[in-house]
Amino acid sequence: MAGQLKEVRNRIKSIQNTQQITKAMKMVSAAKLRRAQDAIIQMRPYAQKLQEMLSNIVSNVEGDINIKLAEQRTIEKVLLIVITSDRGLAGAYNANVVKTAKSIIAARYAAQMQKGNVAVWNIGKKGWESLTRSGYKTSDTFKDLFLNLKFESVQAAAQAAMKAFENGEFDAVEIVYSEFKNAATQVFRAEQFLPIPKVAKKEGAKKADFIFEPAKEELIGELMPKILNTQLYKAVLDANASEHGARMTAMDKASDNANELLKTLKISYNRARQAAITTELTEIVSGAAALQG
Amino acid sequence: MTLEILTPEKKLYSGEVYGVQLPGINGLFEVLEKHAPLVSALAKGKLKVLKSRNEASSYSIESGFVEVLDNKATVLVEGAVALD
Repeated sequence: MAGQLKEVRNRIKSIQNTQQITKAMKMVSAAKLRRAQDAIIQMRPYAQKLQEMLSNIVSNVEGDINIKLAEQRTIEKVLLIVITSDRGLAGAYNANVVKTAKSIIAARYAAQMQKGNVAVWNIGKKGWESLTRSGYKTSDTFKDLFLNLKFESVQAAAQAAMKAFENGEFDAVEIVYSEFKNAATQVFRAEQFLPIPKVAKKEGAKKADFIFEPAKEELIGELMPKILNTQLYKAVLDANASEHGARMTAMDKASDNANELLKTLKISYNRARQAAITTELTEIVSGAAALQG
Repeated sequence: MTLEILTPEKKLYSGEVYGVQLPGINGLFEVLEKHAPLVSALAKGKLKVLKSRNEASSYSIESGFVEVLDNKATVLVEGAVALD
């Protein structure tokens, strides 16, 4: 009896310890999530203005614009930039990103995959580990980007992808990441990075008589890489916020589960204790009765 | 006129200024009050905010763009650090 009591007490202790950890992790993730969301908000004006500038220029150009980064070729070689996190314990977050990447390859690039023409650039350690293990052609050049998340490092990755596209190393580039909706919801998706989708001319865009310096075509050529840098940066920031959101919800659930467990364990602990007391009492009473008898 | 300096990481400057000196891709130029609408590419270099006729502060910037419209200049750069 006393053995069972001790066992239950030990389990309660260990669950309490785990719960302390999950609670702490939840708090940390909540704080990091706020910072990640701030970063998204901070970059928004820049991204919006950049887009606005682009549509301003495009609306002022007559005819089609030839940009090398928008060149449509038959897709033979594909690059996927897969953004996951460096750490686990974030629910199904990393698994879902990897799953999305795999299903996109299977659905859209099966033929290229067979020829071994699908490359994967990983941002984040978890996705790299998992995809390398499943035998994809991965590269870890930008794997550790989250260790020091700065615009510059993302810019380097975006520029490397653009250069590879221009040199014909890839005919299409897609980003697989998780879009941040709110702390509990992530949308796992793939986004076309290169070639650049056609920019629609916006009717009724500001038709001010702009002075363009240098010429519009050159300006667009300068503007495009900047927009792509921002696009990748946004994806990375979204992924970062998603990671912390996913971890926060996962840890919240874990703490709740621990509470449930503790409740049932406490009941069985009390029951065992009660049983021990009852037997002890019976023993004493019957002992006394035997003496008197 | 109003000046805004934006980077992907944060809004660096926002306020009323007398003018601003920019490292254009074809050379240094200055934007003052009531400048005509302009879109220009900027090279890496030094940007000088003229807060008034004799008060200025400088930033070292990465490449980017400037748009001037309705007496408002918006500078978009990929990175900037305040000098001095």
